[in-house]
Amino acid sequence: MELGARVRFDYALVASKLPEIFQALGITLYTWILGLAGACALGFLVAVARRYGPRPLDLALGAYVELFRGTPFLIQLFLLYFGGPYAGLSLDAIPAGLLGLSVYGAAYFSEIFRGGFEAVPRGHVEAGECVGLSRAQIIGRILLPEMTMLVLPASVNMAIILMKETAVLSVVTVPELTLTISAIGTEFYAFVECLFLLALFYWGLTEICGWLGRMGEARLARFRFAAA
Amino acid sequence: MSEPAIVVRRLTKRFGDTDVLHEIDLEVAEGQATCVIGPSGSGKSTLLRCLAFLEEADAGTIEVHGEPLGFVEDAAGRRARLPPQRIRAVRKQIGMVFQQFNLWPHMTALGNVSEALKTVRHLPRAEAEARATAQLRKIGLENRAGHYPAQLSGGQQQRVAIARALALEPKIMLFDEATASLDPELTGEVLNVMRALAADGMTMVIVTHEIGFAASIGRKIAFLDKGRVLLAGAPQDVFRKPRHPRIDQFLDTYLDRGAAMLI
Repeated sequence: MELGARVRFDYALVASKLPEIFQALGITLYTWILGLAGACALGFLVAVARRYGPRPLDLALGAYVELFRGTPFLIQLFLLYFGGPYAGLSLDAIPAGLLGLSVYGAAYFSEIFRGGFEAVPRGHVEAGECVGLSRAQIIGRILLPEMTMLVLPASVNMAIILMKETAVLSVVTVPELTLTISAIGTEFYAFVECLFLLALFYWGLTEICGWLGRMGEARLARFRFAAA
Repeated sequence: MSEPAIVVRRLTKRFGDTDVLHEIDLEVAEGQATCVIGPSGSGKSTLLRCLAFLEEADAGTIEVHGEPLGFVEDAAGRRARLPPQRIRAVRKQIGMVFQQFNLWPHMTALGNVSEALKTVRHLPRAEAEARATAQLRKIGLENRAGHYPAQLSGGQQQRVAIARALALEPKIMLFDEATASLDPELTGEVLNVMRALAADGMTMVIVTHEIGFAASIGRKIAFLDKGRVLLAGAPQDVFRKPRHPRIDQFLDTYLDRGAAMLI
């Protein structure tokens, strides 16, 4: 077989790989959405603990945030997946990826939520105290919903970043889009085409995510703070 | 005369080195409006926030219908903080209205008024909303029940905030410059609601810059200056000439606005 024939992109061959590609897309979506949910929930807990917890806990969580924002996700994931077993934490590829994404994303989300807490006017919390709401009720009924509209743009941004970070899971053998499509590229000697296709996938997902975010913002716009 | 609703004794609050409140003594009679006036920075709002337990005083005591609020002091002046459930029991008797309304923007007017009925009083949703609707009707905003705060005028927002406090049936209502952030033409509707409450015999403590309103509604006026009660008494005693020179000076600043004409 001569080389020139292999360099040309063969759409029929790629089409034969479509089931595999869609399965990979499923895994990308799965790890992204679960990782995002984990990052969001964990980040919220971290923000609440830092705001209301004792000072040493605040300091410890502050160190966690600095550490995980200050190092590449790739290295964190390597350490978790390949170093974890030495610390007694043996995880399969997908659970390791989910945990890694959650812990990494939570560091950012906790800062987004911290800013959100601070942006809710103090008086809204005081009004809650005056009618007898408990601290948990103030967090759940006032701070969380009010801050949702404030942190939505930053959170959509973070969701997009985490979506693209799922590509890193390929290095620990999670069969998501990047791993799968670059494997196809290797198989057919069609690296450029495959990488191009891969970029299109991520771009498309980003657009969908941004569109959902704008819809959410539009829905929440009617709650905008009234000028006093 | 019946027992006072609130008794404040030697209440002192410091921010850093300055005494924002210095050994305040004040009695608030039951069923009457007590107005607290004074220049900016005199400590009026801080006093009211102490009564709402949004600020914790550094010394002195507050009693609400004979129950200590937050702290007790023994004869030697040693202070002890009361357990949270006792603080909550006293705070339950008190409703607070803020200068900035502080409605929750993600809830409708009805949601704002019914929130604590549902989550604190644990009433079923239907009953909580029925009571909230009744409160909104009283302030003439029943037809705005489904509106969000951002869709209401400032005056309407403040009336909803009053309804939110009243829904919990407090024995005492505190007003912290309730009309100060409203356009002049919107203050009237809020003052009218407050007048109606006073006529109903609600015990009220009103911090205000509306001197004419204070003189007309207040059965007692307390004039605060630099964190001290300079003068307290019936409006005619505080405002009738010859007046305390400090009050004269204070009222002069209102002459331009025509408010003193009402006195």
